[in-house]
Amino acid sequence: MESIILQANTISKYFHDPSTIQVLKEITFSLNKGEFTSIIGKSGCGKSTLLYILSTMDTDYTGDLRIDGVGMRDKKEGELARVRNEKIGFVFQFHYLLNEFNVLRNVMLPGLKLGKYSEKEVEERAYQKLKILGIEKEALKIPNQLSGGQKQRVAIARAMVNDPLIIMGDEPTGNLDKKNTEIVFDIFKELSDVYNQTLLIVTHDNEFANRTHRIIEMEDGRIIRM
Amino acid sequence: MNFKLINSIAVSLLVARWKQTLVAAIGVTFSITMFIALLSFMSGLNDMLDGLIVNRTPHIRLYNEIQASKNQPIDLSKEYKGHYNFIRSVKPKNERAQIHNCPAMIKALDNDDRVLGYAPKIVAQVFYNVGDIDLTGVINGVNVDEEARLFKFKDYVTAGNYIDLKNIPNSIILGKGAAEKMLANIGDVVQVTTSKGERMQLKVVGYFQSGIQEVDKVQSYASISTAQKLLGESKNYITDIQVKLKDIAWAPKMAKEYANLFDIEAVDIQTANSQFETGSSIRTLISYAVGITLLIVAGFGIYNILNMMIYEKMDSIAILKATGFSGNDVNRIFITIALSIGFFGGGMGLFLGFGLSNIIDNVPFNTASLPTIKTFPINYNPKFYFIGAVFSLVTTYLAGYFPSRKASKIDPVVIIRGK
Repeated sequence: MESIILQANTISKYFHDPSTIQVLKEITFSLNKGEFTSIIGKSGCGKSTLLYILSTMDTDYTGDLRIDGVGMRDKKEGELARVRNEKIGFVFQFHYLLNEFNVLRNVMLPGLKLGKYSEKEVEERAYQKLKILGIEKEALKIPNQLSGGQKQRVAIARAMVNDPLIIMGDEPTGNLDKKNTEIVFDIFKELSDVYNQTLLIVTHDNEFANRTHRIIEMEDGRIIRM
Repeated sequence: MNFKLINSIAVSLLVARWKQTLVAAIGVTFSITMFIALLSFMSGLNDMLDGLIVNRTPHIRLYNEIQASKNQPIDLSKEYKGHYNFIRSVKPKNERAQIHNCPAMIKALDNDDRVLGYAPKIVAQVFYNVGDIDLTGVINGVNVDEEARLFKFKDYVTAGNYIDLKNIPNSIILGKGAAEKMLANIGDVVQVTTSKGERMQLKVVGYFQSGIQEVDKVQSYASISTAQKLLGESKNYITDIQVKLKDIAWAPKMAKEYANLFDIEAVDIQTANSQFETGSSIRTLISYAVGITLLIVAGFGIYNILNMMIYEKMDSIAILKATGFSGNDVNRIFITIALSIGFFGGGMGLFLGFGLSNIIDNVPFNTASLPTIKTFPINYNPKFYFIGAVFSLVTTYLAGYFPSRKASKIDPVVIIRGK
């Protein structure tokens, strides 16, 4: 039994500056639980733009977006923040870790914000995520002291800490070398296979995409293959 | 929980930028310190200057003015009622400046709850005889005990013991200026002549210095009974009653009341010395203006530093928002930063302000005209500390408000895409 986690319905988006351009043209698709999906396409085809709309960070679009069966259209900024916190984990091309905190604390922040568990429990959970990613030894270091690949793994741990419905990635391997790309891919694969985690990854690395369950290819703001 | 988290993020950001934070906090500390010291000093000075007048001036002075009668006989005539009359060259009657019906008034004052105390007084115009020369002067016959209690008489007697005035018959405390002119030392006997020609020898038991030189050149003090003897008047002869009230603000109203009740002249302190009130209120205004300016400047410092911090921390703000912190949370983080700068900077400022006032308080300050003042005057009014505390929080809040709002409106997409 496969349940739909994310449903995009005729989503369109326009950029108005300097002149009005339609960057997304009635995108319609859905994601099922446990799917490991990649979105590919040439630079400027709108794949990142789509991802930011799906992640609720960008609210300037037309059409309908449902996450876990709930419409995102009419939610307020605070409610959307709550959805991102609870249901979506995000991994960016750049790691965006806070250098004011150590690795463990960085992973804990979204969990503390959620407020579902006590600080002790959140710490325990964060530690476990780091363990899954094989970087529990670095837990008390400051992000500055880590290598690029390690930082990206910390960012993935942070995305996982609240057990989100879906983890989204915007070129998560874009800044990594071959070896680290391999490691990150293996982690995603493991999350998908072992933990049945839903993943939606934007990438321009076709090799990476070919190994995922499903590929959505975009061109000029439309989906041409899925 | 959320509150704690926001606090911990704010603290981490603060600690990460501790040098900037320190500079901002020092700005607040400096301005609050100066605010407190300035106001305490200014207000101490005001109190001292007011004290020059207020300490020695009754809140209400009751006396009989020598003046022509308001009611001429024709006004009382029934026959000419409703007519106009013109009388020229009216002269006052030969009436003494004595207060009539004194015992009844004293009884009324005794029963009035609003009255702190009163001191009867006799004002006698005299000449001080120095060899061939007569110097004009005024001898105030006072009730020594009450004068000391209500009007700080003791503080102004700079040489000799004020109580001797009561204990030694026919004694006088000379104004410092008058004593210098007469070359009279304590223990000497001086001769005075009243306006009616009576002569009397008085023993000098002390010097009096009010701080106002013109006054000290003419005024001297004697006990009431000495003054009565000098004027050749009876025991119930009194020219003035000086009333001190529990609250100085009641004076104008009560002066009117007494004037009607006792059918007498009554002057309140505000009317008699209006220029002092104006002076002190303007001085207070200026010191508040300077203090608040300092705080506003410190506020701009905080504004700048927070703005810089937000530019530096764009990425962090973006990721906080991407991982589920709302604009409100981000706003609160930066407001917390601003308020903690205000709180600690302000707290230090209050403390240092107290210290600085204390130092000023111990700086020697001797001036001939102010016998009781030995160091710079400071008013340690808790009101200043309260205003300083409130103001440091309000300015830092306002300084943090706009940068925080900017931070809360940051669109994470723009920043993340910009990378």
